[in-house]
Amino acid sequence: MSQLSSQMQEGPGEVASPPGKRLEEAVLRIAGNSQDGIQSIGVMLARLAGRSDMEVMTYMTIPATISGGASIFQVHMGTGEILSPGDDADILVVFYQHSYDRHLPSLRDGGLLLYDSSHVEPDNEGLQTRGIKSMGLPITELTIETVGGSGKQKGKNIYLLGLLANLFHFDLGKARSLVEARFRKQGDSVVRNALLALEAGWAYSLGELSSEYRLCPAETRGVNKVTMTGNQALAYGIIAAGVRFGAGYPITPWTDTMEQLRQELPFFGGTFLQTEDELAAISAAIGAAYGGVVAMTGTSGPGLSLYSEAISFAVMAEIPLLIVDVQRGGPSTGLPTNVEQSDLELACYGAHGDSPRVVMAPARAEECFYLAIEAVDIAYRYSLPVVFLSDQAIATRIESFKMPKPDRCMQLIVSDRKPRPYHKPYPLDSVTRHVAPGTRLEDGAYPHVTGLEHDEYGYPSVNPEMHTAMTRKRHKKLDLLASELPVPEVDGPMEGEILIVGWGSTEGVIRKAVDRLRSDVSGVGGLHLRHLSPLPPGLTEIFDRFERIYVVEMNDGGRYGCGQLGRMLRMETCCPRIQGINKTEGLSFRVDEIVDRIREPRGAEASNVRESRQTASLSHE
Amino acid sequence: MSENLGKQRAYPMSNESNDSETTITAATEREVPEERRHRLTKSELRADRPTWCAGCGDYGVLAIYQKMLEKRNPPHEEIVTLSGIGCSSRFPYFVNTYGVHYLHGRVLPFATGLSVARPDLNIFVFVGDGDAYSIGGNHLEHCARKNVRMTVVVMDNEVYGLTKKQTSPTSPIGFKSKTDPWGSQIPPLNPIKKLIAAGATFVARSVASSPNHLMSMMEQGMDHNGFAVIECLSECVQFYPGAFDDTHPRRGGKFSEVPADHDIGDDAAAYRLAEADPPGYFGVFYREEKTTLNESEGERVRQSQRRFDGGRDSEVLERLMERLT
Repeated sequence: MSQLSSQMQEGPGEVASPPGKRLEEAVLRIAGNSQDGIQSIGVMLARLAGRSDMEVMTYMTIPATISGGASIFQVHMGTGEILSPGDDADILVVFYQHSYDRHLPSLRDGGLLLYDSSHVEPDNEGLQTRGIKSMGLPITELTIETVGGSGKQKGKNIYLLGLLANLFHFDLGKARSLVEARFRKQGDSVVRNALLALEAGWAYSLGELSSEYRLCPAETRGVNKVTMTGNQALAYGIIAAGVRFGAGYPITPWTDTMEQLRQELPFFGGTFLQTEDELAAISAAIGAAYGGVVAMTGTSGPGLSLYSEAISFAVMAEIPLLIVDVQRGGPSTGLPTNVEQSDLELACYGAHGDSPRVVMAPARAEECFYLAIEAVDIAYRYSLPVVFLSDQAIATRIESFKMPKPDRCMQLIVSDRKPRPYHKPYPLDSVTRHVAPGTRLEDGAYPHVTGLEHDEYGYPSVNPEMHTAMTRKRHKKLDLLASELPVPEVDGPMEGEILIVGWGSTEGVIRKAVDRLRSDVSGVGGLHLRHLSPLPPGLTEIFDRFERIYVVEMNDGGRYGCGQLGRMLRMETCCPRIQGINKTEGLSFRVDEIVDRIREPRGAEASNVRESRQTASLSHE
Repeated sequence: MSENLGKQRAYPMSNESNDSETTITAATEREVPEERRHRLTKSELRADRPTWCAGCGDYGVLAIYQKMLEKRNPPHEEIVTLSGIGCSSRFPYFVNTYGVHYLHGRVLPFATGLSVARPDLNIFVFVGDGDAYSIGGNHLEHCARKNVRMTVVVMDNEVYGLTKKQTSPTSPIGFKSKTDPWGSQIPPLNPIKKLIAAGATFVARSVASSPNHLMSMMEQGMDHNGFAVIECLSECVQFYPGAFDDTHPRRGGKFSEVPADHDIGDDAAAYRLAEADPPGYFGVFYREEKTTLNESEGERVRQSQRRFDGGRDSEVLERLMERLT
C-alpha cells in the first residue's frame, strides 16, 4: 500500500489546508458503470452525512438532471442550507477510463481525483496544470482481497463508502449500522462481507489527505433530520395532508410516490389503487372524494393531458381533489427521465371551458411535504381541484431536512355524515360544501353532482343568467384565494437593478446566482413563487422596483422571449421589462449559466441558454 | 414554509378530528335501527320529470329501478345513482337519491373509487351501449376483472340516440345510421361474451319491455356481492324503432329465457349460450362468488393497521419517517 502515497500529487499553486481547518461544503461526484452500485453508496453517503457528528446537510442528484449519464451521482454536503447539486465537483471518484475522460472536466481546478488504478490512467501533467491532486488505488483488487476470492465486482462500492466516510471524518459506527440495515434482508453472510469491505475501505491510508476534508459542524446540529427524495417527501406530505384515497397509473418519474402510497396508505386506513389508465385514476379519485374521503391522483406529463377532461369535471362539479404532476421533458413521450418545467400552462389552463383551478409548485424536497398539506387545505377550503407541480429534479434528488413533526402538522379532514335538515350543493352566495352519500337529509331531497351546468340544487340549467353566475362563482374562488395569499418575499434588497424570478426546482441555483451577482451588480434580488395560479398579490409593486426582471425556467422562451411563467407574469403585471432565461436541455440550470446570461444580455431573441448551437434552421427560404 | 402550516383545519364539512372515522369501514353487518326503516315510497324516489321521448324504453328501466328500491327498501341516503353520458345517463336526475352525472365512459372508474372508499353504499350505475362498450370499454373489462362491488345496468338501444342516430358498437350489420348511411358493415360487439371473457362475476340479460324479468335481474344484481352487470335492451323509438320487436311475443317475437338446465357457474357454457342468434336468451348467464376488490383492499387495511397496534395517524407517520433519519 505504500505505492499509493507516491501517487499523490500536490498541485503547484495549491496550498494544503492546515490541519484542523474545516470545509463549509464539498461537492462529490462518483462515476462508473450501472452495475457498480453507485446509486446505493450515494444514498448511504447522503444519509451518513446527516447522521455523522457534523450532521451536515446533503443534496444528491442522480444523473439525468445534470449530465445525462446513467451511472453517476453527485452529493453536495455542507454545513448550511444546501439547495443545489453544485456546478463543479470538489472531489471526483472514477472507476473507469471512460468515466475519467467524461467527467474530469466537471472537477474544479485544485480539486481531488480518486481513481481505480487498475482501470484508469490519468494524464498527470494535465492534472498538475489544473492543480488537481490525485490518488489512485486498485479498488476492485483491494475489495476482493478483503472479502474473499469470489472475484466479483460486488462490494467495491461499499469499500469506497468506507474510504469516503473516513475522508470526510464520518462516524464508522453509524456507517456500519446503515450498511447492516441495507443488507439485512440478504442474510448474515452478505452483511458480514459488506462490513468487511466497509472497514477495509475505512482503514485505507489516506496519507496527508486525511485532514483535508473534514467538514464544519452543521448550523442545524442537534436537530433531528430526515434524508429522503422529493417523491418520498411528497408521499409523506400527501399522508400528512389527510389524503386517504389515491389512484394512479405508473409513469416516470411519478411512479415511486405511487408505490409508496400503495404500500403505506393502508397503515392510515387508506387505499391507493393502481388503475387501468390515467382516465380511470382521476375518475376513481373524484369518486372517492365525492364519497367524502380525501383523495388524490398523481402522474407525469402525458398523464396530465389525459386528466384534462376530468379536471374540467372537478372544476364544474366543485370537487376537492389533489392532482400531482411530476413534470418531465415533453412534448409527447418527450424525455421521460429528464427535467423540464413545461407543464405549467397545461396545469393552469389545460381543459375545455372556463375551468379555473389552483396550481402550486414546491421548490425542494422538504416543500413537497408541507406544500402538499397546504394544497389539500386549499382544495377543501375552496372545493376545487389543486394541481401540484413537482418536477423530475425535485422528485429524484435526495435532501436532508428537519424531521417534520406529524403531531403538529398532520391534517385530518373528516366527512361529517350527521343528518342535516336539507342540503343545497351549489349555493351562489357561498362556497360549495358537498355532503357525502350516507348523510341523511331530513327534507328527503337528495342532491346531484354533475358536469352539466346546473342550478343551485344540481339540476341541469341552460339559463343564461345561471351559467354566467355559476361561471363567475367558480372563478371567484381564485380571486378569493389570491387575496388571502401573502405577498411573496424578495431574497435580497427590496429594489435595485435585477430581479431573478423562478419556480420549482431551480430555487437553489437561482439563490446561488443572486449571491454571485451581488459582487458586481448593485441591487440583485431573487423571487421564488410557490403559488402559480392564482399568482400571489403584490407582484406589480415588486417588479416596479427593479430595472430588469429575469424569469428563469426550464422551458422554451417562445415567441416573446420568455417562458411559461414569464408569459403569465407579463399578463398579470403588464410589465414589459420581464425577459426569460430559458433552458431546454432536459438538465437543471448551472449557476454560471444564469450568471453569464445576466452579465451579458444578448437580446430577447437569444434567450435560450445554448440556443444557437443545435437549433436547426426553420426558414422556408 | 413552516411545519405549522398544516395543523388541524376545520371545514364546514368536517367535524372534530376523530381517527376512527377516517378509516374505510367494511359494508358487512351494519345494523340499521328499526325505527329508521321507514318504507321508501314511490313519490319519495321521484325527482325531475324524465325528458326522454314518449315511448322510450328507458322509462321502463326507471320504473323498475324505483319499484325495486321501494320493495327492497335500503336506507334512502345510502343509495347512489351514477351515470355517464347519453340519453340513458340522464337517469340520476329522474330519481331522488344521491346522484352523479359523470363523464362519458368514465363512470365505472368513478364508481370504483366510490365503492372502495365507501363500501357501505348501494351503488347503481346506469349507462348506455356507447358508454359501456365503446368509449368506456376498457374500464368495463377492468372493473369486471377487479370485481368491484356495484350494480351496472347497460341500457342498450344499439344506436347513439342523444347525438341523433350514429352507429353504436352494438348496431347490427346493415343498420343505416347517419355515419353509415349505406348500412353498418362492422360486426357488433357481443356484450355478454365480452363480460364473461373479462371475468365479470354476474352477467345477466334482460329487456326493458319485460318489467317482471328486468326486476328479477336487477334484484339479483343488487344482491350479488361483486360486479354485477345487466345488459338490458331498451328501445330507441326515435332512431331505432322496432329494434327489439323480435324479443316481444305481442309483436311477433320470442322471449326465450336462459334454459333451466344451464349451469350458471360454467363460463364456457355461458359463452356458448351468448352466441345464440338474435334475439338470443334472457336471464342470468353467469354468476360466481369471488373475492371483491372491496374485500381485498379492506383486508389489506386491517392487516396494515394491525402492524401499528392502532396507533394514532401522527404516531404512525412519525415512525415511518424515522426510518429515514
